[in-house]
Amino acid sequence: MRRGQVSIFVTCVVDQLFPEVGIAMTEVLERLGYRVDFRERQTCCGQPAFNSGYRDEARCLARHFLEVFRDAEFIVVPSGSCTSMIAHHFTELFPDDPSALAAAQHVANRTWEFSRFLLEVARVEDVGARFEGIVTYHDSCHALRELQVREGPRRLLANVRGLELREMDAAGECCGFGGTFAVKFADVSGAMARTKIDSILRTEAGTVVSVDSSCLMQLQGAMRRAGLGIRTMHLAEVLASR
Amino acid sequence: MNREAVLERVRMALGRKPGQPPESPPPAYLPNAGRSAEQRVALFTAALEELAGRVVRCPSRNAAREAVSALIAGKRTIASGASYLRACGITGIENVHSEFVDAAAYRQACADSDVGITSADYALADTGSLVMICGAEESRLVSLLPPAHIAVVPVSRLLESLDELLLRVPKPAAGTSSMVLITGPSRTADIEQILVRGVHGPGEVTVILVDD
Amino acid sequence: MSGAFIPLDSVRRTIADARLQTAIYTGTGRLIAKRQSTVGADTLPDYQELRDQAQRIKRHAVENLDHYLEQLESNVIAHGGHVAWCSSGAEVADFVLSLAKQRGARLIVKSKSMTTEEIDLNERLEHHQLEAVETDLGEYILQLAHERPYHIVAPALHKTRYDVADIFTERLGVEREVVIESQTRIARRVLREKFLAAGIGITGANFLVADSGAIVVVENEGNARLSSSAPAIHIAIAGIEKVIPRAQDLAVFLKLLGRSATGQPLTVYTSFLSGPRRPGEVDGPEEFHLVLLDNGRTRLLADARKRESLFCIRCGACLNHCPVYRKIGGHNYPWVYSGPIGAIITPQFHGVLKDPWLSYASSLCGACAEVCPVKIDIPRLLLDLRSEVVQARKWKGSTRVEQMAFRAFAWIASHPRVYARLGAFMAVVAPRGENGWLRRLPFFMRLGVLRKWMSQRDLPAPARQSFRQYWRGRPKEK
Repeated sequence: MRRGQVSIFVTCVVDQLFPEVGIAMTEVLERLGYRVDFRERQTCCGQPAFNSGYRDEARCLARHFLEVFRDAEFIVVPSGSCTSMIAHHFTELFPDDPSALAAAQHVANRTWEFSRFLLEVARVEDVGARFEGIVTYHDSCHALRELQVREGPRRLLANVRGLELREMDAAGECCGFGGTFAVKFADVSGAMARTKIDSILRTEAGTVVSVDSSCLMQLQGAMRRAGLGIRTMHLAEVLASR
Repeated sequence: MNREAVLERVRMALGRKPGQPPESPPPAYLPNAGRSAEQRVALFTAALEELAGRVVRCPSRNAAREAVSALIAGKRTIASGASYLRACGITGIENVHSEFVDAAAYRQACADSDVGITSADYALADTGSLVMICGAEESRLVSLLPPAHIAVVPVSRLLESLDELLLRVPKPAAGTSSMVLITGPSRTADIEQILVRGVHGPGEVTVILVDD
Repeated sequence: MSGAFIPLDSVRRTIADARLQTAIYTGTGRLIAKRQSTVGADTLPDYQELRDQAQRIKRHAVENLDHYLEQLESNVIAHGGHVAWCSSGAEVADFVLSLAKQRGARLIVKSKSMTTEEIDLNERLEHHQLEAVETDLGEYILQLAHERPYHIVAPALHKTRYDVADIFTERLGVEREVVIESQTRIARRVLREKFLAAGIGITGANFLVADSGAIVVVENEGNARLSSSAPAIHIAIAGIEKVIPRAQDLAVFLKLLGRSATGQPLTVYTSFLSGPRRPGEVDGPEEFHLVLLDNGRTRLLADARKRESLFCIRCGACLNHCPVYRKIGGHNYPWVYSGPIGAIITPQFHGVLKDPWLSYASSLCGACAEVCPVKIDIPRLLLDLRSEVVQARKWKGSTRVEQMAFRAFAWIASHPRVYARLGAFMAVVAPRGENGWLRRLPFFMRLGVLRKWMSQRDLPAPARQSFRQYWRGRPKEK
């Protein structure tokens, strides 16, 4: 089935650290019949700068993003926090610039977090994936609270053959990443990760899945430090599995 | 004192002028479910018992009097000036004191009593609350100083909820300096989150609901 | 952001204290569960509607505050009370002292009021040989221990029964008692005498009702009722932002306050008090004074973007749900207001540069905003404050490195070819690690943010081939 074209914004974290997430997302989209376009001039949405209070710098990166994705019809993003930055916070950066504001609003309406794109645009709940193992799902804060992403990924995972989905208690509790918070308040961030890991351990899952690579980076880093063999995977990677 | 300075800062902060009328307030939100008297009694009983309060249903004023008698046997008891208590014959029970020489004697009696008996101006079904309005009928300390509180209330005064109360009594301050909602026995969980009853107010609350 | 400003040692000690961590976590955990059970779809089906109503009413009250304050004052006076307007805590203390002196009152009983903590009222009164006794059990314990509250609603969250036993023995001279019910009885006995002997009772107020000239005080113990009923003089001290327009608005707020705070549809006592006793009433205060406090609230009021901070009804739900508060506890915040609400109002009262780290002590998870009964958008306000911190510190000393780093990154990331080349370079020179993860860094890399990251977790190494490099290598479609 031919479906049309989507542009992907892979995010700087995926691009440089976890390219397999971008590759997996591309595979899933192409299998569904989409033509995937990767605009090479993309870099970063500016969230780290914005969250640290550097609005001028964030604005600069937002402008770059708006320019790169100017006429894209669908922008699909494997990250709840980056989607939130683009769809909710870009407009806050241009209070005195009506044309940039309009461009930001235009892009906001066309930017989709990956799981929501699958469910609400592609309208699929089963991508034909297969993954053997016990999986637990972590609700990334921005995805959960700003994009209302909760049931969607769970439905998608429930349809993966061979996958047993177990719910952890307090799935919606923050993993402790929070961008620069992870280094500015490293002790607190680490303690939050360890609390999360306790919840994960109680599910006996071998894999933790989320829609945000930064959460997964935090959790995987902390679990490895604790000597645990539990691995993390992005939702896209699970859905690409055959 | 500093009235003008504070008000001036408030106005400056809001960009408002002295005497400028306010915008229209949003309409009050007082939804009401409309439950029957029996449903209210059931709700009230469940709510108050959940809080370790006790509810006794009496078919008549005489029955109420007998129930109270049994509860206060051998205990120093003070009763408020509520006319309903008189009508039930409760102020006539032997060890009940309801007449006082002056306010000081009344206060001392409250401090020395084991049980305080009142009626209530209203009761609220969904929370198991008593509504005590200070005035000729009720006062404050009777339901506060003694370690046990008994309230004798006709079912006809049982309202559904706080919404209904505020619909009936939109300006409580018009008639009293004190309207208190009492919802169960006094309690605290300040130490290790462990629940203890009867901290400063009464640790025992009994409501006698009378059908008459 | 310089670490020198953050109370790092204290935070580390709190996190390392297993007993304290358990106390904070289970204490807040219980409050979370209790709230959840009373705002569910079956227990409070119109919860979201109530939040909208509450926000709407508060916004209206705050945006017309001068009108409602005047209406409040006029109604208090009509019912025989007095109103004192105070710009600062010092003025409140002066007022109380002068009144106490005029009436010859030596003993004051006080019920729980964060507003009085905010202005250190007890300390100010103590210097003048006035005995001001806290009567809320948790606050009483803390007063004996000379400590600040740990939590807006559960002040002694961090104390065990053994701590309490020590405090009572030392300060009250009683025999050591570790049973909690008995400890409570000791406090009841001691404080009962104070209530009946005190010349003045001081309470706070949860709400100030403009159309009634009344205050509303909610509590569970009965100490606020006693403080406002037994002594001849009742003084209520409240911030000006506590005003609501009508008694009927209480329906909305009272439905939200108890549930959000402790999972109670109503607290045990809800007192609606409008002045001294009326003719025909046999008890109650002979004098009533309402003290309205500014203390910087008008500054918050002036900022249209952040003014919603004043909607707060002090339920404490944001504290209970905050993963940061649940790790660092109340005493690591610089002011009496802790948790997310403390993080947004402290810099507004004291200036962003006093504790510049405070608005950064959040992962922006948004759990607070989700449970705030008056829908204060705390994460947005934190972001606004962070931006103000950066503006205020531009090119001043300690954050220079950080500022340059963000500037540099902004430049690089708006020049894609530079960005791509830099990424490729990092991938080549970075250590490989095991399976792409680094347990240790080479010594010359153990600085700044990298060292901080590594203190808690392993670090991912840059991928050998970035996504953009992979994409370049894909066969092109026709």
